[in-house]
Amino acid sequence: MAMKTKKRGKNRLERNDRLVRLALLVVAFSAVSVLLVITIFIVQQGTPIMFKYGLKSFLAGGNWYPSEKVFGLWPMIVGSLFVTAGALVIGIPFGLACAVVLTEFSSKKVRRVIKPVIELLAGIPSVVYGFMGVIILVPFIRQTFGGPGLSVLAASIVLGIMILPTIISISVDSLQAVPPSYREGSIALGATRWQTVKMVLFPAARSGIIASIILGMGRAIGETMATIMIAGNAAEIPRSLLAPVRTLTSNIALEMSYATGEHREALFATGVILFVIIMVLNTIANATSSRRRRQP
Amino acid sequence: MKRLGPRVEQKVAQAGLWTMTLVTVGVLLFIIFFILRRGLPVLSLEFLTANPADMGKSGGIFSTIVGTVALSFMAILIAAPLGVGTAIYLTEYTWGGPLTRVIRFGAECLAGIPSIIFGLFGFILFVTKLKFGWSILSGGLTMAFMLLPTIIRTSEEAIKSVPPAYRTVSFSLGSTKWQTVTRVVLPSALPGIVTGIVLSVGRSIGETAATIFTAGSALRMPTSIFSSTRTMSVHFYILAREGISMSNAYGTAAVLIIAILGINILTYYLMNRFIKKYS
Repeated sequence: MAMKTKKRGKNRLERNDRLVRLALLVVAFSAVSVLLVITIFIVQQGTPIMFKYGLKSFLAGGNWYPSEKVFGLWPMIVGSLFVTAGALVIGIPFGLACAVVLTEFSSKKVRRVIKPVIELLAGIPSVVYGFMGVIILVPFIRQTFGGPGLSVLAASIVLGIMILPTIISISVDSLQAVPPSYREGSIALGATRWQTVKMVLFPAARSGIIASIILGMGRAIGETMATIMIAGNAAEIPRSLLAPVRTLTSNIALEMSYATGEHREALFATGVILFVIIMVLNTIANATSSRRRRQP
Repeated sequence: MKRLGPRVEQKVAQAGLWTMTLVTVGVLLFIIFFILRRGLPVLSLEFLTANPADMGKSGGIFSTIVGTVALSFMAILIAAPLGVGTAIYLTEYTWGGPLTRVIRFGAECLAGIPSIIFGLFGFILFVTKLKFGWSILSGGLTMAFMLLPTIIRTSEEAIKSVPPAYRTVSFSLGSTKWQTVTRVVLPSALPGIVTGIVLSVGRSIGETAATIFTAGSALRMPTSIFSSTRTMSVHFYILAREGISMSNAYGTAAVLIIAILGINILTYYLMNRFIKKYS
């Protein structure tokens, strides 16, 4: 009798365990389902108008006059690319420098101070970055180089700073993942630490560093509030670094609050293009870092 | 130009890299000091406890603090169980395979999606299709989706760092998987999981693009999850961009920065304690 209840108890536990497993599986798909739902909604809202006016005129059209139903996104695509390229010019050298200093050129004590400070960079809200850009950087550019100040240059510098945490944290991880024997071998051969970094560690950590740059790129393309505040938002192709520019993200955020009908659909179409760019970048980053995982 | 000798090159490289690192740290410290220097004089008990008046030109920021807290709370309430559940499944119930790859890829992609896309999505699904309107509910749900990847990743790391021996002992005593998870693994991983959740609260406080399109920007005190609210970052954005009141903008920014600093110090402290425990 006692045996029987015990057995029944065990069965119940096992059945519960199977139920829990199933429930967890459902929960585990939450992230994937959210991603799917977002994709479906954005695509469903944004693509019909793209095909109505023709994909070519939408992507390559140089004019954006939503009130006259002229929807050309080319200036914004170029704008996003310019600003992102500028951000990388700032972000890559500074990000990699910080990563190298944190992993190779500093004592444990110093690292314990610098690392949390750099992590804090990621916590500062993007509106604060944008605000600092408007208050400090934009007047500085206007007085030093001329032009309106709100410009490709200002946006590039601020975005360059904003993507630093992404580049630094992933580069640090991949530099730390290089086996210590590589370092020791190189130093034993008489190389200096810098030679070791340049000739051994960078090549060994290459895929991780590339992934960090691609993810940083994704952050720069996707950043909205800071860009709106400092890029000037003129919907035309910038002729110089000092000209104002409008990015894909700003285009959505600036006009969403009052857009209706086809105008709103066109903003969703802007979202579709942004979404596609980001997904391509994510997939590349994912592929490079998983290749690293497979061949250590 | 003569090539530099390796020792000189080492010195130059080291000096260059250190300079760049110090510039980075300097920029951050500058931002913090700049905001605090101009914002702290504005802060007072009245600023924190009075509601904004006259579009934010005068009065305090109490309703925006309440809005921010409500939105973050709502987001965590939804994202934490989903994220921790996903992490448990990924670490305790599967070992690689295509299924986990799909789940991980989904989470990683979600982490890369810009907040403005979340804002668009939340606006179309929660605000218009489901008719929640601009509300704490719409904003909280949207924010929850944004936080999900962070919570999954940090919880996963926390659970992974629990020594395998704990599980082996638990199994050897005859407990089931779920008993092991709830009574052994989760209590040990809890500080790490909490760290991740606190970190995502920090992220949700600073978010603007997604909240402005889903929670709206109403200044009055929210009364239920269906009322529209304005978070501190949105308030700061509107004050600064429309030039309504610079001093109130600095005050709001100072509160934001202090909150973010506090959250970062807290997570750092929690994380260190957690790491010490297992190494």
